[in-house]
Amino acid sequence: MSRMKNNYENSRFMRFKRWVDGETDLLLNTMEIVPAKEPAAGEREEASKDSFGEKDGKNPPVFSEGRGLLYFRRFYQAVSVLLCCGIILVLLWTVAYLPSFGNAGNPDNNEVSARYIEQGLQETGAVNIVTGMILDYRAFDTFGESCVLFIASCCVLVLLRIDAADGDKNARKRLAESNDRIYEPKNDVILQKCACVLVPLILVFGIYIVLNGHLSPGGGFSGGAVLGSGLILYLNAFGFEKTQRFFTEKVYRRVTLCALTFYCLAKSYSFFTGANHLESGIPLGTPGAILSSGLILPLNICVGLVVACTMYAFYTLFRKGGM
Amino acid sequence: MEALFINLEETVSIILFGIGFTMLLLHRNLIKKIMGMNIMDTAVYLFLAAKGYIKGRMVPIVTEGIQDVSAYINPVPSGLVLTGIVVSVSTTALMLALTIRLYERYGSLDLDQILMRAKEEERG
Repeated sequence: MSRMKNNYENSRFMRFKRWVDGETDLLLNTMEIVPAKEPAAGEREEASKDSFGEKDGKNPPVFSEGRGLLYFRRFYQAVSVLLCCGIILVLLWTVAYLPSFGNAGNPDNNEVSARYIEQGLQETGAVNIVTGMILDYRAFDTFGESCVLFIASCCVLVLLRIDAADGDKNARKRLAESNDRIYEPKNDVILQKCACVLVPLILVFGIYIVLNGHLSPGGGFSGGAVLGSGLILYLNAFGFEKTQRFFTEKVYRRVTLCALTFYCLAKSYSFFTGANHLESGIPLGTPGAILSSGLILPLNICVGLVVACTMYAFYTLFRKGGM
Repeated sequence: MEALFINLEETVSIILFGIGFTMLLLHRNLIKKIMGMNIMDTAVYLFLAAKGYIKGRMVPIVTEGIQDVSAYINPVPSGLVLTGIVVSVSTTALMLALTIRLYERYGSLDLDQILMRAKEEERG
């Protein structure tokens, strides 16, 4: 019968596991950042050995700088520079063995891209092959991207407004201070006149990019970004009172949700019919016409709406922590 | 060495990636770390776009009915770059929001000070 180990708790592996889990700190009271008033004791010896895992060993100059910490900071910087140089060298070594740039015989120009180029116009109806690819063959990938944008804006909203729900007095006060509407210049004439000229042009250009996504370079993402920047310029020129008349949090939620739901349903329908060899009943139209290529135009509009709303939402959230 | 100059775009993108990674390691300011992350993203876009290019060919938009493979560049990397841009915008926004929360809580953007104050609070 093998000998039972009853000191399992104190074994080397368990100590290592506790250190990895962050339950114990080996460098506690030996090497850490402390305010300048309390002199840190005994931080000489453990400086150069076995301290690479401890990220907070460096300290800012306002606090007391023990000799161990100083050594550790230099050690950390030297090792990071060495590590980065090593990574760059290894990657450059790999680049030297890559197939040469711009060569048509490279392995990435395979039958997949050939199929998209040769059959894309007949199967999707889109003149722009990239749009046909991302909104027809790989439409669920693009749906995932729109959802990533929406979820990111929701996360930012939650993170920036987490205190407001508590009813905490300090949090309310802080929110009121961070709300910089009171500091913004009122009725800047130059900005307003420029915005009067520029905002309609920017918005029309954005709508053009979104609607011509299947005919020319562009599409929902780039057009949506242009639309969002036009909205941000309007907001900066005329203030929140004007924009809140048509764009509130409720409008944002409804527009984004409707666009994403329509996208999901439309694409599910077309994939379902396509997988079962049914007639989808969506005409592809003449290639090159604005009303052509089946579902791509409405899907582009959906993506454009989501992106424009998200860009504007990011700006307002970072500016005043709410819409 | 010559192979590096033939693949000049890829070489530049690798060096950009290294610069971003060095910023991530060496800077203690959180905003600068986010900038380094964005430089790394840009390097990846450059690498992907360079992989899709083929010398002497057109943008993948069908013109005059030509549908020959030898007329257009590879459209797949362009779609991948689009995905990358969207995801990097989202992650950057999320990181900035977290940085704002950390600044509100600890009053500093310096990672060391944040860690020190967190430890002090933990001990009470």
